[in-house]
Amino acid sequence: MRFEWFIAIRYLREGKAQTALVLGGTTVGVAVLIFLTALISGLQRTLVAQTLSAQAHVFVKAPERVARPLPSPDRVADRVEKVPDRVRSIEQWQQVLASIGTIPGVVAATPTAAGAAFASRGPATKSVTLRGIDPESFARVIDVVPKMRSGRFALEGSEAIIGTVLASDLGVGVGDKVRLATPEGRGDVFTVSGVFDLGNKEVNARWVFVPLRSAQTMLDIPGGATTIEVKVDEIFEAERMAREITRRYGLAADSWMELNRQLLVGLRSQSASSWMIQVLVVLAVALGIASVLGVSVIQKSREIGILKATGTSTGTIQRIFLLEGALVGGAGSVLGALIGSGMAVAFAGLARAPTGDPLFPVDLTPGLYLGAAAVAILTGTLAAWFPARRAARLEPAEVIRYG
Amino acid sequence: MGEAGADVLRLEGITRDFGEGEARTRVLRGVDLSLGRGEFAALMGPSGSGKSTLLHIMGLLDKPTGGRILLDGQDTGALDDDALTRYRGRTLGFVFQFHHLLPEFTAIENVMIPMAADKGRLDPSMRECAMALLERVGLSARADNRATTLSGGQAQRVAIARSLAMNPKIVLADEPTGNLDTQTADEVFSLLREVNRAQKVTFLVVTHDHRLAARTDRIIELVDGRIVSDHPNQPG
Repeated sequence: MRFEWFIAIRYLREGKAQTALVLGGTTVGVAVLIFLTALISGLQRTLVAQTLSAQAHVFVKAPERVARPLPSPDRVADRVEKVPDRVRSIEQWQQVLASIGTIPGVVAATPTAAGAAFASRGPATKSVTLRGIDPESFARVIDVVPKMRSGRFALEGSEAIIGTVLASDLGVGVGDKVRLATPEGRGDVFTVSGVFDLGNKEVNARWVFVPLRSAQTMLDIPGGATTIEVKVDEIFEAERMAREITRRYGLAADSWMELNRQLLVGLRSQSASSWMIQVLVVLAVALGIASVLGVSVIQKSREIGILKATGTSTGTIQRIFLLEGALVGGAGSVLGALIGSGMAVAFAGLARAPTGDPLFPVDLTPGLYLGAAAVAILTGTLAAWFPARRAARLEPAEVIRYG
Repeated sequence: MGEAGADVLRLEGITRDFGEGEARTRVLRGVDLSLGRGEFAALMGPSGSGKSTLLHIMGLLDKPTGGRILLDGQDTGALDDDALTRYRGRTLGFVFQFHHLLPEFTAIENVMIPMAADKGRLDPSMRECAMALLERVGLSARADNRATTLSGGQAQRVAIARSLAMNPKIVLADEPTGNLDTQTADEVFSLLREVNRAQKVTFLVVTHDHRLAARTDRIIELVDGRIVSDHPNQPG
């Protein structure tokens, strides 16, 4: 066994009260680190996943039309009025769609033709959002297939897929007929081929999927597509991708991050406060280790002098105390990881939806444990730095004589 | 009587000042001293004469303000801190007044520490070696007892075994029996003498006790930081 290890371990084992103190502090610190991180990252992941369950990452639309007054020498425009915009198609959307699909980081893209409509059956009429889609590519952008409550996610001829809320509002199910019409009066009768639950009441009440061609006809944009919806592989890169698309094609592009600004601000401030708590905890642990080891160096002055008199070098003395800090950090991270993950799992178990499903999973990843262990060991070693230097500088003659 | 061979330790014009400015006092005022191989010398003198300071300087635990220390032919002023530590560990053994065993360790571990510190690790051969030393001082039966559970005499025997761990040229002992009752003191002193005779290790023993000093080969007297007498002695 290395000499430093032999001495450091023995000192830790013999100084039971001191070791218990620093070990306890480190354990609590690591437990807080693990618990908070697992909780916050699990919570955030769930929030984002829920938000994105019915939303593409980037929406590409035709650029907004800007009204410009005609330049004229003898007239001054006193008011510039925006033209009320009707549903407009993206020009050359087929080419744009194919091109977007080749941008690195884009997983899938799908065209939609969306507009306002009414859904009615007998006397019941509901205002809905008509979404003409290509089911095959749409399913690659938004993961709807596993969220089908009945029927299937497929559209042939004049079929429509509706949400659970609309289905119950209209009292229809798979196989029933629904009439869809635009405010302009263009309409048709569709057969419900499936009912979805995308986890969002508004979406479940309003979205009606129909074949792209039917929507084009009803919205009077023959062959057109109002939006291209894009899925990217790095969700937090969506904003950058949106800007890239605007730059390349001159089209308006919004990312989910822009559309959920509040959620994102919430997530960021949550992360920031959790970081701050963690930094303070680490700092408190470091101060604790430093002060306890500092006291132990003073108590052991004479023994350190004897170790030096019997051939232990200054560097070795320093390493003994650094090692004590690192060992406490290591042991504390194992105990803290156990306690922290226990707390996180217990907490996640308490917070359950009425159905009994956990509201959110906790993110206990190997990376988190490795990170926490690295932080704890590093903190222990750094906190031991000053006590260790103090120990190394003791003059044997003085502490042996007066110690 | 131990045979005095070539010098194992030579001090040339050693001075040592303590304090700063006005409060500066000269504790050692130019000490010249040589110790030969296998000598067994007593260093005597009243309290405050500088005995412990001189011993610490000889033991390379303290640096002189002026003068030169030649240890086994090596000028120690030329060594840096780490080299000094290593050289001290290999050449010198210490026995202190209050045994100064490390309380967290057992008797045998205390004896092994100088060996492990020198090698940087512990290995089984060190245990054998330490056991042999404990046998030599008559304490092998208590090898695995905590240092804190040993009596004063036993602890001092372990400290002697520890001082011999690296097979040193010189053992410096600072009132090794000062804390023991007369009978135990005699026993411990006899043990030092025995080791000196059997292994030709040079001993310098600081003591107040004339009775014990009379059992050495040479008596050196230090008064006010100067050697005032240094004469051979015929141990009775």
